[in-house]
Amino acid sequence: MLPRFTHVQPTSISDALRELAAPGARVLAGGTDLLGCLRDRAVTADKLVSLNALAELRGIREQGDGGLRIGALTTLTELATHPVVRARFGALSAAAAAAASPQLRNQGTLGGNLCQRPRCWYFRGDFPCARKGGDTCFAKEGENQLHAVFGGDVCVMVHPSDTAPALQSLDAKVRLISARGSRTIGIDALFVLPAKDHTRETVVEADEIVSDILLPPPPAGAVGAYRKIRARGVWDFAIVGAAVTLGLDKKSVRQARIVLSGVAPVPWRVAEAERLLVGHELSAPRIEQAATQASSGAAPLSANAYKVMLIRGAVAEALSDVMGAR
Amino acid sequence: MTDRKKDPRDQQPVSRRGFLTTVSTSAAAAAVVGVAAPAAAAPAPRDDTGTVAIVLRVNGRRHRLLVEPRDRLISVLRERLGLTGAKPGCERGECGACTVLLDGVTRYSCMTLAVEAQEREITTIEGLAQGEEVSALQQAFIAEDGYQCGFCTPGQVMAAEGLLRTNTSPTVDAVRAAMSGNLCRCGAYGHIVKSVQQAAAARKTGGAK
Ligand SMILES: Cc1cc2nc3c(=O)[nH]c(=O)nc-3n(C[C@H](O)[C@H](O)[C@H](O)COP(=O)(O)OP(=O)(O)OC[C@H]3O[C@@H](n4cnc5c(N)ncnc54)[C@H](O)[C@@H]3O)c2cc1C
Ligand code: FES
Ligand code: FES
Repeated sequence: MLPRFTHVQPTSISDALRELAAPGARVLAGGTDLLGCLRDRAVTADKLVSLNALAELRGIREQGDGGLRIGALTTLTELATHPVVRARFGALSAAAAAAASPQLRNQGTLGGNLCQRPRCWYFRGDFPCARKGGDTCFAKEGENQLHAVFGGDVCVMVHPSDTAPALQSLDAKVRLISARGSRTIGIDALFVLPAKDHTRETVVEADEIVSDILLPPPPAGAVGAYRKIRARGVWDFAIVGAAVTLGLDKKSVRQARIVLSGVAPVPWRVAEAERLLVGHELSAPRIEQAATQASSGAAPLSANAYKVMLIRGAVAEALSDVMGAR
Repeated sequence: MTDRKKDPRDQQPVSRRGFLTTVSTSAAAAAVVGVAAPAAAAPAPRDDTGTVAIVLRVNGRRHRLLVEPRDRLISVLRERLGLTGAKPGCERGECGACTVLLDGVTRYSCMTLAVEAQEREITTIEGLAQGEEVSALQQAFIAEDGYQCGFCTPGQVMAAEGLLRTNTSPTVDAVRAAMSGNLCRCGAYGHIVKSVQQAAAARKTGGAK
């Protein structure tokens, strides 16, 4: 049984924002993450504010400039199958298709995917860990085979989202709305490193809703891929993942963005590896060089040094996919 | 096997406010010992975590129910409507035994609040048969031995039904992909794929449902 809460399903955005302004209120989208968190007592809620009657938050719209506006309630299945997303924003459709399971993708939304809570077993379990306001990150001295090799500090959890690194490779922006107004931020500014605040994963305030995800037009000659390494082909989160979006001309790489999942408390961009590609032909040795660079500086914990090799493999395979797709 | 897993934490109060209501009213005290809210006969308690009246459309029938906001669709289907086809396997979105269709699309009923399923068309395995006559899809599972113990089967059949409604002649890969959110502890996977393909063929030639 879940703990008790009240439930409202407002039919206008202004009503939803008003409901959310009350203390103890939480956003409910597909519920695939939130119900598990409530059941595990990793989060509490007095009131769930369901977004599911808000048609404005659904759907994928092409913009005049060649970009996309994606409503936060768009499901992962819609993203994985949408012809325009598949053709021009390949990293995103591949990442959505690689998440969870078919049923969870039918139900889980993009907004929920970005705002989902960590999967760390200490966070989800009965441990008063740092992220829940305690003073210890139990994974540091404990079972940490799935934890961070970059960006860990007070807490070494990894961000669970598959779509976030893909969106960052596409230079996405996120629009947040609340009764106080709206703001649009780069997706890199959505996520919070533990050194800054280890009790939250995003800057989304309790009274805010992610309303849309905005994608600029992809770079000229864009190709994208997402390589996800996991123990089982379904349900499992990324042990390591690599989202890449490249802009290619006939001979060489004009633009490159590579963002990793499963390695840090936020989607982890590897700018030095990108720099090794720009201006060069995409060849096997170049790919090898960039992949090695992507893993440099990793600081493994007691049980996750294997991730360093997986980073090289994931980046090399994602780039090889892109080379093959040309 | 069908017993709900007992979770000792189920008896924890949710919040200080929730706790105060539970010690101060007898209606809420029932929730502390884990007893589900009484069926439609009892009036809704008027505290702020009380029951709500909803209408669920299941297999073409409308049901008026009083539920708690926290009640999940699987428990309402099984415990209130007697539709025990959908099975509670993991109750955390990791096995598929509870799969139903919502507006024709597959979904885990263990990860769905009943209050969120209002206004939607819910189809369970009980809705596939016509009276005593099982559907062509169910018949194909029987013919192809698409199960062993049968625990996962209602979920498997509903996942297949969801697939065949959108793809009338799926390839083996498409069947595997569509069925990948359903575990089978008995490992009947090969037979399940054959069952789905046979059903696709039968639906085409026979015009059967
Ligand atoms: C077994 C299992 C496997 C999974 N595997 C994966 C996986 O491989 N990869 C992956 O990325 N995810 C995975 N997930 C996580 C989850 O299913 C998805 O991330 C899904 O997209 C979450 O979306 P939702 O709409 O269901 O979110 P919800 O559960 O409704 O919400 C999640 C959180 O985000 C908040 N929220 C939701 N929408 C908004 C919004 N618009 N504005 C502000 N806050 C919001 C909620 O308050 C809540 O805290 C898995 C989940 C399960 C149960
Ligand atoms: S019981 Fe719902 S997925 Fe296992
Ligand atoms: S038939 Fe036994 S679990 Fe699938």
